[in-house]
This record gives sequence, structure tokens and C-alpha cells, in this order.
Amino acid sequence: MLRVDVTKQLGDFSLEASFTSEGRVTGLFGASGAGKTSLINMIAGLLKPDRGIITVDGETLDDTSARVHIPAHRRRIGYVFQDARLFPHLDVGQNLDYGRRMNRLTDDPAQRTRITDLLDIGGLLDRRPGKLSGGERQRVALGRALLSKPRLLLLDEPLGSLDEGRKVEILPYLVRLRDEARIPMVYVSHDAAELRQLATQIVVLQRGRVTSFGGVKVLTPAPPPA
Amino acid sequence: MFDISPTEWTAIQLSLRVATVATLVATPLGIGLAWLLARRDFWGKSALDAAIHLPLVLPPVVTGYLLLLTFGKRGLVGSWLADHLGIVFAFRWTGAALACGIMAFPLLVRPIRLSIEAVDRRLEQAAETLGATPWRVFATVTLPLALPGVLAGMVLGFAKAIGEFGATITFVSNIPGETQTISSAIYSLIQTPDGDTAALRLVVVSIVIALAALVASEVLARRATQRLHGN
Repeated sequence: MLRVDVTKQLGDFSLEASFTSEGRVTGLFGASGAGKTSLINMIAGLLKPDRGIITVDGETLDDTSARVHIPAHRRRIGYVFQDARLFPHLDVGQNLDYGRRMNRLTDDPAQRTRITDLLDIGGLLDRRPGKLSGGERQRVALGRALLSKPRLLLLDEPLGSLDEGRKVEILPYLVRLRDEARIPMVYVSHDAAELRQLATQIVVLQRGRVTSFGGVKVLTPAPPPA
Repeated sequence: MFDISPTEWTAIQLSLRVATVATLVATPLGIGLAWLLARRDFWGKSALDAAIHLPLVLPPVVTGYLLLLTFGKRGLVGSWLADHLGIVFAFRWTGAALACGIMAFPLLVRPIRLSIEAVDRRLEQAAETLGATPWRVFATVTLPLALPGVLAGMVLGFAKAIGEFGATITFVSNIPGETQTISSAIYSLIQTPDGDTAALRLVVVSIVIALAALVASEVLARRATQRLHGN
């Protein structure tokens, strides 16, 4: 369960968001500039809320009134960025192994095989990120986040930098991930069609405020232009 | 012409030792300070930056004299170090290394700082979300990606250290076998009648060392870049 109740001032932009989600995939929907990325950066611990509370499965990650702020590296929250952010100096195999090394988890070849098979990246292990296509990079980023064994996975427009053909290539992997990996996810997108396929609960964000919350039906009819 | 005399050999070896020790000791310190300047905001940051650059703009003889006042036998730090740790800088080769290290420091720090600033912070964030502590983010992402700049800084610092003259001769004088580096040996030879041929020999040696350092840095930087971007 994810509970978020935060406020944050970023220049002229103010973000005030409050929601609780039990969903397997929480879709965070909104136009660009609505504050989606700032919100999940706060969940990840990369951005500190001015005021408020963030809890995951009952564990407090942020509570400004009690001066609690767990740093990102101790949250065990995976993050797939829009721009993949693979480490250019490591090959795919080393990128995939990075989270395990940093968290000092024991080597789990079975799990690694499961994930590389699920994402079809077993053939890329010796390559450098610079030699991958956009779709391959995003799949490796997904695998890297999963192999750090997170308790929650954040995906920030993971298809955003891909063209239509590539999106169709990745979407089935995301659906499989949702059905097989059993990790709750927060999926950020401005694409209602994408969220209808993936999300189980929707949070609609407009200009830094939560305007509706519920099942995927809140996506229809399309929200009025901001 | 190419019969290098024992005194000249001693000067060459001393120069190499002084510059190597100065570079190796200055590098970790330089990386730490470069990271602080590139990645952190704190009170007194501009003052620290200015202090690091001071040896670059001060007359070397001033730096040397300040070193003599501070690290000399009667200097505040020098006397303490001599009494408590038995470390003496005055008129020793270690003093030459200290002077060279301080003179080379700004040249060493600058490329490292620039290359750390050029490392994409979003990659560091990604490492954090994968569970890397700040120190391990630095060791596994920032430092490897900044490596070409670190090597460039080391070579530049080494080249400066091996050629340093003004601060060194002011601080530790020009004692053959102890503090007489190539530069001060050339200086002495030029002052001596019939010293021209010997001076010229050392000039050739300096050019060879400088060129070798340049080639080495070029090769190392190319290798590092290749390793980073995997071709």
C-alpha cells in the first residue's frame, strides 16, 4: 500500500498531492508540467517534500513533522526513468548486476535468468548501452531496476522516448511484468490508452493537484484540457 | 655531449622522484577537493577555490617564502611536525616535493573538477535508487566517468611539478643530491663557466620527459575514453 500526502513548492509551481493506493499498478495520469515526475521523485527519495508524509506498506519514508527522510539508497524503491540512464561505462550484464552489488544481495542466477528471459535481453549481456536501440535500453533499465529487488517500482513514462512501433514492442513486456513479477508499480504517463492497458488504479494530476482518483474508468471521458 | 655525469643523473632521478611523490600525494586530495567544488555548496567555497588557485597567480618566490615561514625549522607547522612526528621539510627532498605539489595543485584540480561537473547527475540519481550509498555512487559512477579528467590533471600536475623552480629553490635551496632538481641544476650550470654543454644535456632530458608525459597522457586518456564508451 502506498500513501502519499505531500506539498512541495518548486519555483512558481506548487504541488499538493494526497492519495492512497492499494492497486497493483497505480497510474499517475496528467499533462506534462502537471507535477508527475516531481511526485514520483519524492516517492523515490530524490526530492524532499516541504511538508507531508509518504509511506509504503506501513513503513514511513517521509514524515516532515517527525523529521523523517529516508535517503533514496535505503528505500528499496526501483525507478525506471524515461531516458533509461544506463551506466555507459558498464556493459549490460554489469548494469543488471549493479543493484544486487550495491544492496549486497546474494547472487541469484535463477532470478537473473527469469528476468532476462521475461524481457528478452539475455543476448545483450556483453554489449555496452551505447550499442543498444532505444527499446533495448528501456528493457535493460527495467531489468536493472527489478534485479535490485525493490518493494515498489516507479516507472516514469518508460515509453515516452520511443516511437509508436517501439511502444508496441515494449508494452507486452510491461503487461507480463505486472502479471508475473508481483511488484507493485507506480506508472506515470500522459497517454490514457497506455494506462488503460496497464493500470488498476488511476490518480489524475492537474497543475499540481489531484483532481480525480479511482479505477481506470476515471480516464473516460478524457479530462478537460488543463 | 651525451655522457651524463653522476651529478646530473642524481638531479634527474631526484626530479622524477619529487614530481612523482608530489603528484601521487596531491591526486587523492585533489579529487576530494574537486568533488567538493563541483558537487557541494558550502560556506567559504569561493575562498577555498581562491586558496587552491593562489599558487598559480602568486610569484613562485612568494609561495616558496611562505612555505619557508610555515614549514621551515622554526615555522609554526614545521617545528610541530619535526618535534612530534619527526617529519622535516626544510632543505630536504620532501620539502621540494611539498613545494612542487602545492605549485602543481591548481593545475591538477582544474581538469578533475571540470570532468566531475561533466558527469551526468541523473546517472548518480539512478545509482542512488539502485541502493548505492553516496560514497559508492562516487566510487562506481562519478569517479570512473571522470577518469579521463583525472588522468589529464595528473599529467598536467606532474609536468608542472617536474619543472617547478622558483618556490622550490626558495624553500629548500639548491643542494646537490638532496634538493637539486633538473631545473635548479640547469640554473647552477648556466652560472658556471663551461657549464653550457651540461646544461644543454639536461635541457634535452627535460624535453624528453615532458614529451613522454604528454604521450603517456594521450594514450591513457584514449584508453579510458574507450573503456567508458565501449567501442
